[in-house]
Amino acid sequence: MSAKAPTRAPLEARPAPPLGGFNLTFLAIEIRRLLRNRRTVVLQLVVPVMLFLLFRRRAAALEATGLTTAGTMIGIAVYGAMFAATSGGAMVSVERGLGWSRQLRLTPLRPAAYVSVKIATAMLLGAVSVAVVYAAGALDGVAMSLPTWAATGILAWAASAVFAAFGLFMGYLLPAENVMQVIGLVLGVLGVLGGLFLPVDSLPPAMQAIARYMPTYGVAEVARFPLVGGAFDPTWLVSMVGWTAAFVGGAMLLFRRDTRRV
Amino acid sequence: MSAAQAAPAAVELQSVSRSFGAVRAVDGIDLRLELGEIAALLGPNGAGKTTTMDMILGLGRPDRGTVSVLGMPPAAAVSRGLVGAVLQTGGLLKDLTVRETVRLTASLYGEPRPVEEVLERAGIAQIGGRLVRNCSGGEQQRLRFALALLPDPALMALDEPTAGMDVEGRRDFWSAIRRDAERGRTVLFATHYLEEADAYADRVILLRQGRIVADGTAAEVRSLSAGRSVQATLPGADRATLAGLPGVRSVELRGDRVLIQTMDSDAVARFLLTATAARDVEIATHNLEDAFLALTSDDGASAAAQGAVEAPALEASAR
Repeated sequence: MSAKAPTRAPLEARPAPPLGGFNLTFLAIEIRRLLRNRRTVVLQLVVPVMLFLLFRRRAAALEATGLTTAGTMIGIAVYGAMFAATSGGAMVSVERGLGWSRQLRLTPLRPAAYVSVKIATAMLLGAVSVAVVYAAGALDGVAMSLPTWAATGILAWAASAVFAAFGLFMGYLLPAENVMQVIGLVLGVLGVLGGLFLPVDSLPPAMQAIARYMPTYGVAEVARFPLVGGAFDPTWLVSMVGWTAAFVGGAMLLFRRDTRRV
Repeated sequence: MSAAQAAPAAVELQSVSRSFGAVRAVDGIDLRLELGEIAALLGPNGAGKTTTMDMILGLGRPDRGTVSVLGMPPAAAVSRGLVGAVLQTGGLLKDLTVRETVRLTASLYGEPRPVEEVLERAGIAQIGGRLVRNCSGGEQQRLRFALALLPDPALMALDEPTAGMDVEGRRDFWSAIRRDAERGRTVLFATHYLEEADAYADRVILLRQGRIVADGTAAEVRSLSAGRSVQATLPGADRATLAGLPGVRSVELRGDRVLIQTMDSDAVARFLLTATAARDVEIATHNLEDAFLALTSDDGASAAAQGAVEAPALEASAR
């Protein structure tokens, strides 16, 4: 046919990639892309440490009342991890808005594999965020038993996955250009009201009343449970499951609204 | 012809329609594209080109009718890496480099062509390290083309691939496509640039308001508009006699000049030169633009209707 012959017969199917297209090259490029964005690095890794340094003094002053610097550290670790999860979720809808998902639909990539890469990237960043806050806490003299360090760290990280659904919802709700700024603001407010920075008991009574209904509340209490001990309150899980359902439902509703022409 | 006697069509649409609300974007299209053809879907904005492309790529489903690509549903052909596409609306990530974008996409295929090879073939090897954000529209489009080359697809679909490019960008882009098509790939592109359809397609499919109004080679489509026009200087021309000649569509008098639209320019010229005092006889072929305007404009309704009648006959002869 031609000098540089076509390499394959036209109808011969190309082999499908394993795992629906989930692969380490994809993941590595996503991570590199994340780190290239200076704002992400500052928001994810620097801000949580600054928050810890800001709030630990107040936490230390309250230590006499049974509230601890460790509790604040765990709450701020939750903040870092949930920020990562939210950004990851928002990226999915932002990239859809940019038309990148449309571009990807021209490849064998499966939607589940795409979402998995996004979640893996976000969770990896969340883990680094937790580690950085914990390192700052350790340097600052927070003392916990080794199992408590590990258990609270893992719970803070894992429970924050709830916020991936929140990010997805916000990404569909807001225009791509300013979704990250709004998310930063909203997470800050939710962080204060849900008792991430200072334990709920130290908030004014009016704020204490609504704290329980914040999506951050259940996550923070679950993460602190290995430290605080006592009885496990099942309403924490109800809060987590309920909010996840609400965010997923909202995201699906918005997704359907603009899905006429994907 | 090789052993592939029962080879499926590269693209086959059977009475396909798709509406958006009250708008019939595509209104009963039948189309069969053979392997190895280079075809243009030509039409003004809103003619249904993008909607047709989307259905061929499995990005949209027809309300009625069936679409098959290489004998299978479009989504199946895409997931097997048999289709490459450059979309008008396909987004790129601005914070990746050109090479990273290709590497990422390559990782999604089972056996992609080498990254450097597709960069080379799309003519962007020298800007591989550049962030997509800093690429011109033409460079981004060639990047999309590079991505489309990765699976070594049997069918390459291009939707308005040069929209918004400058002249040089368009030329570079088309030379990359043309080099690639020489290797025997089937190419279907949508465009509203007549010159592109004329210069790069073996076959032109003219769309108007969601219907195919003409289908044939560029020359055939061109001749569809109204054959040729004959002009001459003929004082006191007898309009009725001229209009009665075989093949004549219309006769226009402009002072001493007569302008005759005809399917048989030879007969008109012979008559003018032998039976009248006509001088300065000029015969002109309509260009594709005339055909395009005649067949796609709303006020050219009669021409369009006639095109619609003639199109099947032409298609039969063209195949």
